[in-house]
Amino acid sequence: MKVGVVTFPGSLDDVDARRAVSIGGHEAVALWHGDEDLRGVDAVVLPGGFSYGDYLRCGAISRFAPVMASVIEAAGKGMPVLGICNGFQILCESHLLPGALIRNDHRTFVCRDQRLRIERVDTPWTSAYAAGAEVTIVLKNGEGGFVADEPTLDRLEGEGLVVARYLEGNPNGSLRDIAGISNERGNVVGLMPHPEHAVEDLTGPGTDGLGFFTSLVEQAFA
Amino acid sequence: MARYVVDVMPKPEILDPQGKAVLGALPRLGFAGVSDVRQGKRFEIELEGDASDALLAEVREMAEKLLSNPVIEDFEVHAQGERA
Repeated sequence: MKVGVVTFPGSLDDVDARRAVSIGGHEAVALWHGDEDLRGVDAVVLPGGFSYGDYLRCGAISRFAPVMASVIEAAGKGMPVLGICNGFQILCESHLLPGALIRNDHRTFVCRDQRLRIERVDTPWTSAYAAGAEVTIVLKNGEGGFVADEPTLDRLEGEGLVVARYLEGNPNGSLRDIAGISNERGNVVGLMPHPEHAVEDLTGPGTDGLGFFTSLVEQAFA
Repeated sequence: MARYVVDVMPKPEILDPQGKAVLGALPRLGFAGVSDVRQGKRFEIELEGDASDALLAEVREMAEKLLSNPVIEDFEVHAQGERA
């Protein structure tokens, strides 16, 4: 599959994400924030970083970048879209996912190997995992506290839209330990931890993140 | 020239870590008796033309669409007089 990775001004992990896409067995296609053309990709990754310097709110300005009009339209038609960290913030600001990410409750940047439980596995990004799989994936954020009102949280839980949950301690104040969520259809997934940093033994805590990039192919052959 | 002010504040039920940090610093500076601090944003927006209901509505739309996030923030808009 052709998987596009968008570079915004201030994106940091776009190159790592493209590399992870390749290791996952796909063709990585660089997409540019100022270009509406998705270049025929089958899926899109919005990478981590500090797009537009996190000015105003994280993801608030990126959400109106020309490329996002195309991403939002394609997501509505079912194209798989994965937002990692800043990408998750952009998806929330775009209203493709509910809730918002706010500054960590302890006010410090967190960077660590984080234990997670993968809870929703019927998405194109997580089908490689067994339901309830416990994995270790790098987490690094300053504004990773997931918040939403109680009815929204209840709906996320009730409809099984929580994709990943923090284990062994909540690292950033996210309500109900939520690390990642999806839309109803499952094609849009937002995740605060960075699976693209956990795809090779040499650099990172292991290869537990690789499933996010190999799931696409398994979906295609399903 | 019409000037409007948009004040954006975190919703009361949303944790405000920045306000908490300021709250923690004030007693260290000798300011006693501060019970809470909330930190928000203030936008001053200049538009061509005279202040009008239509311009106010436009600024309100800016606040809804970009300047605030309704999930975590409330906003207020008001016209600003000429600078003193």
